[in-house]
Amino acid sequence: MARKICALVVDDDPMVRKIHGMLLIKHGLETEGVENGKEAVELFLSGKSYDLVLMDMEMPVMDGPKATKELRAMGVRSMIVGVTGRGVEAEKEAFMGAGLDSCWDKPLNPKAVVSMLDQLAKK
Amino acid sequence: MLGFRVERLWADMTGLLALLFHQGVLDEQFLELQQLQDESSPNFVLEVFNIYFHEAEKLLRSLRSLLVDGEFSDYKKMRIHLNLLIGSSSTIGAKRIRNVCIVFRTASDQNNKIGCLRALELLEYEYCYLKNKLHELFQIEQQRILAAAIRE
Repeated sequence: MARKICALVVDDDPMVRKIHGMLLIKHGLETEGVENGKEAVELFLSGKSYDLVLMDMEMPVMDGPKATKELRAMGVRSMIVGVTGRGVEAEKEAFMGAGLDSCWDKPLNPKAVVSMLDQLAKK
Repeated sequence: MLGFRVERLWADMTGLLALLFHQGVLDEQFLELQQLQDESSPNFVLEVFNIYFHEAEKLLRSLRSLLVDGEFSDYKKMRIHLNLLIGSSSTIGAKRIRNVCIVFRTASDQNNKIGCLRALELLEYEYCYLKNKLHELFQIEQQRILAAAIRE
């Protein structure tokens, strides 16, 4: 039996974690959620791994760009997808530059998830 | 008789939803949320909205405090709160609330206290309206589910 794709939802908003988590579960993924980038980095440092990371841009403690840079510096090759509620292009470009595979506007929809899974399958 | 009641409740639910869409209170993002609900997560939409209401009320209290308490208003902090409220309102499809927040944010960018106070009052009104209507919707839905279960 093929193992399920594992995803980590990194967002300080509990509502977004719930919605994005459910969206991923509906597409057959297993999901976990954390509140900020520091918790995400700590999970990877503890030995856990995920196929997909949904990374919010703005979070307290450690934001998305910083967490993404740290994960890439650690050698994490998971697909990291940025998610942002703010449409400022310069900020999105900087976020991409931190090491994202792609960046989407919040809230995600089923089309976005299918696109991510297609990208993941090609990796 | 029970069958009639279930149909009636279904009509009440769809009628209320249609009204909220027609008034621009909700947009299609609400429907996206509904589509995530199923038998394995029958209270998903209610749970999402409970989180929204809890967080929104904290933000609204904070916005009022920032505007009314003290001589000077912290417009930067207001902007942060409004961005959060715009984001969460967009996520659940609360279109009118989102639009009022955008107007409020413009007023705060201009350090326009009177504009902000007016926007805050409107925002509090819209929030209460949405909360009351959604509670009504969720109650009708619960009654419908109960009536359908009894009928079976």
